[in-house]
Amino acid sequence: MTQAAVVQQGVETAQFASRRTLVLRRLLRNEPAVVALILLVVLFVGCYALPPFLPYSYTDLDYSALQEPPSAEHLFGTNSLGQDLLAQTLRGMQKSMLIGICVALISATIAATVGTIAGYFGGWRDTMLMFVVDLLLVVPSLLLIGIITPSTKQSRTIFWLILLLAVFGWMISSRMVRGLTMSLRDREFVQAARYMGVANRQIIVHHIIPNVASIVIIDTALTVGAAILGETGLSYLGFGVRPPDVSLGTLIADGTSSMTTFPWVFLFPAGVLVVILFCAILVGDALRDALDPTSRKLRGGRRT
Amino acid sequence: MTGFLLRRLLKYIVLLMFASFLTFSLASVFFHPLDSLLQRNPRPPQVVIDAKAAELDLDKPIPVRYAKWVSGAVRGDFGTTVGGQPVSDQLWRRIGVSLRLVVLGSVIGTVVGVVLGAWGAIRQYRLSDRVITVLSLLVLSIPTFVMANLLILAALRVNSVLGVQVFEYTGETSAAASGSWWSHFVDRVQHLVLPTLTLAFFAMAGYSRYQRNAMLDVLGQDFIRTARSKGLTRRRALFKHGLRTALIPMATLFAYSVSGLVTGAVFTEKIFGWHGIGEWYIQSISTEDTNIVVAVTLLGAVMILVGGLLSDVILALLDPRVRVA
Repeated sequence: MTQAAVVQQGVETAQFASRRTLVLRRLLRNEPAVVALILLVVLFVGCYALPPFLPYSYTDLDYSALQEPPSAEHLFGTNSLGQDLLAQTLRGMQKSMLIGICVALISATIAATVGTIAGYFGGWRDTMLMFVVDLLLVVPSLLLIGIITPSTKQSRTIFWLILLLAVFGWMISSRMVRGLTMSLRDREFVQAARYMGVANRQIIVHHIIPNVASIVIIDTALTVGAAILGETGLSYLGFGVRPPDVSLGTLIADGTSSMTTFPWVFLFPAGVLVVILFCAILVGDALRDALDPTSRKLRGGRRT
Repeated sequence: MTGFLLRRLLKYIVLLMFASFLTFSLASVFFHPLDSLLQRNPRPPQVVIDAKAAELDLDKPIPVRYAKWVSGAVRGDFGTTVGGQPVSDQLWRRIGVSLRLVVLGSVIGTVVGVVLGAWGAIRQYRLSDRVITVLSLLVLSIPTFVMANLLILAALRVNSVLGVQVFEYTGETSAAASGSWWSHFVDRVQHLVLPTLTLAFFAMAGYSRYQRNAMLDVLGQDFIRTARSKGLTRRRALFKHGLRTALIPMATLFAYSVSGLVTGAVFTEKIFGWHGIGEWYIQSISTEDTNIVVAVTLLGAVMILVGGLLSDVILALLDPRVRVA
């Protein structure tokens, strides 16, 4: 038997797990998070797939049922105009979840780009970019978004909301990416690549980004919840999605006006929103634990 | 130390300049305060509209308007509202209202949150720890505007069960409040409870989660074992050595939480009808009032910066290594 064969036999392929398998295994072991993830997927698919099968669309007015409590006809009840609350809630979920996911993807892209550039190059780029980060962290972002959205056209409000929430949502994670990049910059594999004449852009894309990917992924998951929170908050105040379109925020705002006598108009959309946010936090935490078991920031087990 | 403070101060001033310029330009570009005049029917004569535009300086370019605003702002004059009253008239009274809410809410939230988190860490995986963990997760996923309304619903239920108006949920005081100093005080507290709780719950949930994990990290470390083995009681070891060390990361969290509190206060003021700066801000967006919006944003920015500074001070108090550096 040659040496190489011994070495090869020494590693039993059945026991060797790639990083991806490890992460997946750790994630699957976290049962609440798996349930939450499945629930989120079901809610997301459901809110797009279900409306065609419902007897009412979200704009239909049922004059025979104004402010009806939940019944077999209207599962979530109706509001003061006679609109079916289930159809409305589903429509609101479509908007809110779509905005959440888009914002998370865009802001993660910005965070990764800015963080790696600032951390890798340092110097004036770092100073300038970090000043922008400080500036955006200092202004209360939801308030600034509120200035802009009311003047946008109704049909394009959602586009603007996604853009603005993303522009104001990347700062903290870009700081973390920057910190990690700065420590990667002086590692041997990056220096080796640099001495071999690899262009800076190539180094960032092929050597830095894969190494900061876990932070970016964790952050994307956590931003989904934050973005949904931001959008519903703005819509609640009337600065987000505007009628006739609905989001969970506008539904909750509608519900609160008659909350004391007709609580279901408030409770159903609010409940759905809380479930979505709860699941998003659980999944984000689980991803953090699975991708970065050393940090143990939020779900610390006792290490001795 | 003085040099460090001066540099920090300079950076803050530059940041505030940029922040106010950003807000000022955004508001000037997107607000059209003349619309309320133009849409009147019959339309007012052009002379009136031009006069109003000149009064609001709308005929000048934005940098000129901003320069004028800054020269007033450094002297404490934040310009006039669209209606013509000075912004500063209402500003200070409203700041008092908002600060009362934010400071009370964050202090109660922080203290209770830290205690709950530390308690959970000491009793890890016992029933009380699990209850605290799940509850804090749940509270974190309830937005401020839902929490406030849920509290109102609960307060209504309590009021009707007891047959007495225990909790008030509109305004800061009752209009009809009369009588002695004591009844005024009680009236204010009745109005204060729900809004403060709304903000405090949020802070509580966040702090208890982070505190629990920071505490768990600390409890496993060698110096706790050393403290125990040199004869300290468990309680002394945990409080004197454990809690203090585990508080250090909370100082950083505090800096980030201030902006969340400011935003939370906007919703809370709106829902409970408190006439603070958050409520004013929402009003001024609908009346398209640039000066109010800029003044409030500037104040929010100052609060966030002061929060950052405070968190550095707390960090230096807790962590001797920071003081040396």
